[in-house]
Amino acid sequence: MSYKPGSVAVVGAAESTKIGAVPGMSQIMLHADAALNAMAECGLKPGDIDGVACVGPMMPQQIAHYLGITPTWVDGTAVGGCSFMLHVRHAAAAIAAGYAKTILITHGESGKSRINGTPRPAEPESLNGQFEVPYGPFGPPTLFPIPVLRYMQATGTTHEHLAQVSVVTREWAAKNPRAMFRDPITIDDVLGSRMIAYPFRILQCCLVTDGGGAIIVTSADRAKDFPTKPVYILGSGESVESNMVSQMEDFTSSRAFRVAGPTAMKMAGITHSDVDHLMIYDAFAHLPLYGLEDLGFCKRGEAKDFIWEGNTRPGGKLPLNTNGGGLSYTHTGMYGMFALQESIRQMRGTAPAQVAGAKVSIAHGVGGMFSASGTIVFSNEQP
Amino acid sequence: MALAPGRPKPKPTPETKHFWDGCKAGKLLLQRCVETGRAYFPPRPFSPYTGSRNVETFEASGRATLHSYVIHHRPVPGFEPPYAIAVVELEEGPRMMTNIIDCPQTPEALVLDMPMVVAFTPLDDDITLPLFRPAQEAK
Repeated sequence: MSYKPGSVAVVGAAESTKIGAVPGMSQIMLHADAALNAMAECGLKPGDIDGVACVGPMMPQQIAHYLGITPTWVDGTAVGGCSFMLHVRHAAAAIAAGYAKTILITHGESGKSRINGTPRPAEPESLNGQFEVPYGPFGPPTLFPIPVLRYMQATGTTHEHLAQVSVVTREWAAKNPRAMFRDPITIDDVLGSRMIAYPFRILQCCLVTDGGGAIIVTSADRAKDFPTKPVYILGSGESVESNMVSQMEDFTSSRAFRVAGPTAMKMAGITHSDVDHLMIYDAFAHLPLYGLEDLGFCKRGEAKDFIWEGNTRPGGKLPLNTNGGGLSYTHTGMYGMFALQESIRQMRGTAPAQVAGAKVSIAHGVGGMFSASGTIVFSNEQP
Repeated sequence: MALAPGRPKPKPTPETKHFWDGCKAGKLLLQRCVETGRAYFPPRPFSPYTGSRNVETFEASGRATLHSYVIHHRPVPGFEPPYAIAVVELEEGPRMMTNIIDCPQTPEALVLDMPMVVAFTPLDDDITLPLFRPAQEAK
């Protein structure tokens, strides 16, 4: 049994009070700060929460105990930066199943200041430790872009096309006072920026920041009693592939995307033309291209032209990554929470770069190195 | 060629020991699913295609093509930037991450689909890594 489209709603959603450089908070307090903000806006206390989800290494028992919550349901699904999309999906199912009534999903990461930050070990006997680490990858900038040259060859995508992703994303960031980088950039700026791991330069890699976010979901029936405007969950999808990028089935397309995205849209009963607003987790500049194609917004090889022609920029027909994305807004290490927050803001009508009249928003997440994916379809109208 | 000190060292497990023993002996050992005949990587004692434990280990040709790569420009212990982190597609089908030797680490020299051959390169007395070099450079 699945939850019915629109039967579960977001009633609380907030980010940490500060994002970017937050040297005054440890990782667990970034969780708590966002959770307190989310509870405050919808008039809840920790004692009102009966479900908790967060992503490792922070375990649900740490967050529950820190905040003073006695849950009847927890979820510690940890599949990388899109884990929060999966948490929302699992929470909706749990509410439909009666395991919990009011679920809090939190994220906090001291990605920049590293105050009790997430360790990133790769055990030498793990498969990654044996079959990838000895060849010199050093974090996501050296791993996530490994398929890009193959994608470029297969689709005719150029360096200029990939630079344009960063340029357009920065246009959105310019409209967002909380974005870390807001000054306009050109293709020449991108292609002249410091080389990190060819073919990607620093302006094609996400930021590394501190921050947190929290989401509270409950049944749509109960949502009507909250002071906040309900944002309904119409559909959701999830999948995983491999956490070894070298073992990706197809370097030009994410299998996890191709499962999660269509599953969510089918459940929601929507077509591409119903989507007013789109978030595609942009840890690196190629991800919006993969997302647009794997979710079916563009045919194979056409995402580069779709972005180049201005369809995703301010005023375009499919506003994409309107907060400024992981490329210019913020990226703590697990950006999926912030993509969800922006979709929720757009559905509430409170986004800094609000898309006028938007009724349906998709937040599509990726787990590091294409290892996982989660997709949520939101609406401000109950079907 | 001698590898720079500091490179992370893989630690074999019961399921992968044969692969690393093979590299040390100058053999690139893959496994295949007997039922489907399809080769796979990384090593495991069952078929990822069918779930069957009926698998066999065989020596791969060592021939491959360059599938994709990045060229890392920042310092990492054990590596001298810029260096390519590559994925090759073996003639038998599976892909593996590796480094490319005997070749300039530039986009001009590293052309997708170029033929490669395995170049077993000792990391230390225990571990030999299957690096690759352009086939035309093969001895």
